[in-house]
Amino acid sequence: MKNTMNKMIAALMVLCVLTAALTGCKSKPKDADLKAAIETAIQANTMASGVTVSVEKGVATLSGQVTDETSKQTLDKTTASVMGVKSVVNNITVAAPPAGPVVVAADDALTTAVKDATKDFPTVVATVSDGVVTLKGEIQKANLQKLMMTLQALKPKKVDNSQLVIK
Amino acid sequence: MALQEKYKELIDTANTAGVSGLNVREQDGVLYIDGSTNGTVKQQLWDTYERLDPNYASGDLVMNINSVAGVTEGTKLKVTTNSSNLNIRKGPSTNDDIVGKAARNEVITLVSKANDQWWQVKTDQGEEGYAYTQYLTPLA
Repeated sequence: MKNTMNKMIAALMVLCVLTAALTGCKSKPKDADLKAAIETAIQANTMASGVTVSVEKGVATLSGQVTDETSKQTLDKTTASVMGVKSVVNNITVAAPPAGPVVVAADDALTTAVKDATKDFPTVVATVSDGVVTLKGEIQKANLQKLMMTLQALKPKKVDNSQLVIK
Repeated sequence: MALQEKYKELIDTANTAGVSGLNVREQDGVLYIDGSTNGTVKQQLWDTYERLDPNYASGDLVMNINSVAGVTEGTKLKVTTNSSNLNIRKGPSTNDDIVGKAARNEVITLVSKANDQWWQVKTDQGEEGYAYTQYLTPLA
């Protein structure tokens, strides 16, 4: 971390010297202008609503929360592409959308769906209670992944196969 | 947070491989991972899952990765049953009557999606009804 910081500071110093040599340090955009430019640039991204921007000496800091890693990286790139931004400190955190609790299928619907899903595995006995699918009986190891893929897509609370014999 | 640690490699893979609408949540000792991607990434994620939790024995993860979300109406589907014919039914459930059959490796057409498990399909012979999506593979 320290090493990275040192490298960043070194890079900034080189940049400033270069800028000073070419145009003079005074002509760089003001932080407030940069902040406004970044905010405009990232507005197109719907994820930007939970993100705040601050700029100090040309270094933009992004904070807030988005729902996926892709948005975090996109916002980073967009910010970095704004003219005058020296570097971006990306403090955005990624968290699941505030969609509330996990939706578990109702037992009736789940029982029907589990019955359909296990139809091809007659040696497997599946029961459903309070959203939990419990598997008993036996299954070939080669078929286990396929069965689990199908069952976990049915929105169960959990799939308990601890009593299932895997051959 | 312990489960997110246990399945960190899986979550990282999902993040880097490109899973849209990726949603990772932990509730009552179970981790839930939802999202959509292609068939290759789905397989990769499931293989990672199996490696981190052999035989899926812990029951502490429910992974629902949909690899057919982008399949549109009119798409040709290959019947990929293990050996038998695929039943085509009157309604989206095994309780519904069988109205037709499609042979293994036969190519049929997607009419509409009733839900993630059942799709309305049509054979080249004009038989129409609902088939279980687990045995259908979209042709690119």
